[in-house]
Amino acid sequence: MEIYVLLGFVLILSIYLGLELISKVPSTLHTPLMSGANAISGIALVGALILGSDTNLQQILSFLAVTFASINVFGGYLVTNRMLKMFKKK
Amino acid sequence: MNIFENIESIQNIIYIFSSILFISGIKMLGKEDTAVKGNFLSALAMFIAVSVTFINVINPLIVLIGIAIGATIGSLIALKVKMTSIPEMVALFNGFGGLATFFIAWSEFNSIPTNTFQYVLIMITTYIGGVTFSGSIIAYGKLSERLKIEKSSIITKLFTTLFYISIIYLFYSIFVAKIFIPSFDFFTILLILTLLGGIGFVIPIGGGDMPVVISLLNSFSGIAAAFAGLMLLNNVLIVAGSLVGASGLILTIIMAKAMNRSIGNILFVGYASKSSGSKSEETGEVKAINVSDAYLILENASSVIVIPGYGMAVAQAQHVVRELGELLEENGTEVRYGIHPVAGRMPGHMNVLLAEANVPYDVLVEPDDINPSMDSIDVAIVIGANDVVNPSATEEPGSPIYGMPIIEAHNARTVFVLKRSMSSGFAGVQNPLFFRENTRMLFGDAKESIGGLVTEFKE
Repeated sequence: MEIYVLLGFVLILSIYLGLELISKVPSTLHTPLMSGANAISGIALVGALILGSDTNLQQILSFLAVTFASINVFGGYLVTNRMLKMFKKK
Repeated sequence: MNIFENIESIQNIIYIFSSILFISGIKMLGKEDTAVKGNFLSALAMFIAVSVTFINVINPLIVLIGIAIGATIGSLIALKVKMTSIPEMVALFNGFGGLATFFIAWSEFNSIPTNTFQYVLIMITTYIGGVTFSGSIIAYGKLSERLKIEKSSIITKLFTTLFYISIIYLFYSIFVAKIFIPSFDFFTILLILTLLGGIGFVIPIGGGDMPVVISLLNSFSGIAAAFAGLMLLNNVLIVAGSLVGASGLILTIIMAKAMNRSIGNILFVGYASKSSGSKSEETGEVKAINVSDAYLILENASSVIVIPGYGMAVAQAQHVVRELGELLEENGTEVRYGIHPVAGRMPGHMNVLLAEANVPYDVLVEPDDINPSMDSIDVAIVIGANDVVNPSATEEPGSPIYGMPIIEAHNARTVFVLKRSMSSGFAGVQNPLFFRENTRMLFGDAKESIGGLVTEFKE
């Protein structure tokens, strides 16, 4: 039980930190921020790697989770980078 | 302490290091000068976190195949996609992230949850992941205009009902099914209802409200990952997921504020059911103008502000707009672009389009910066924008959009409105700007009209 309280604490602090860090984002960066954050949500890939694989169903599910999370990670970072490269100052 | 415990603590320390990189990465992503580096740092953090997790992988070959397939598909889409299709592509990727967490929770359910906490977390993660997936797919369909469903249609009502049923069923799964174990396979029903519920969540929302939905789904995908982290007792998942949840939430709030509406109103009410108080029908005269007359006015202007909206994206007019801007500058005119936060279909949509057309970002201004000096601007060119320049928002307390912050184009000396026809904007509100004394309507396709102006300048 204690571990959940501890990790719940990490969760709340991280959300609060996130809100503080990005509260004043310029509108030029709204799309790149969203797509960059989107790539980060591909962190689910780490979760997919530590799943159990006792049954066939579990093996299939974790394989699918790895594949879709990877699309999210690679696609997200690449497109964000492509977009940011277009932003130029005068 | 045996060797396995040692490895695990080293792994956890590396996770903490990776979390720090994620935090610095997303912080830098929020500033223009450091954004590229921030994105790189966050990718590095991802690489480290994934690499160090490989210690736990039982069957590395299968995992590597999965990653290779994902990497190929993801990279192909990311490198091939046109900048005009960015909104639907972000929605699609977002959905895949949600789908991954959905599968993770599903798989965990089958490994027999050890305690009640974990059981509850599995239910919640399944739900958020599933709703993020099917909701994002609907958002993708709407943004790419493959999916057209009327808000009042029977399908919309059916799915909206299913969304509410899915929430009730989630509570049933959390609180009841654990104690009074049902004789039927309640989890499979939860899986199905969750996906249907996600469709129902997004289906009634459309058009100009899309930026809010897509930000919210972005936030959900992060929250889903964070809950998966709690479920799997993994700290880097929690930290990274929470950061995404927070950034999506901030964008959602910015979008809602830019429309002066609450998030609840956007999601569950929409413009249609708002009571329209005093609806003063505009009966003034619309003054049309042709390209050559517009050229004569622009040629003598010393300052111009371009105000783009979704119509510019539809007409693909960003490149000719930039060309016109450059010609005006050569002519000694000061050119700036007024960008409303909710112009377009996703946060920052106009900024990306203009960046693609090589418009430098320091000539892009936000409403608050330009409104005070609007009366000193010679010409405001409104391209395919409507609600975000509607003066009713400041002048007509009975209007459904009253109170929404707008770009006060009507205060400029002359306003050109580029429009196909006299139809009203997404909010369904007539725009008095079109009937103003200083407004000239340039009817027709925006790309052709601007192209015509460019030709006039070149001659």
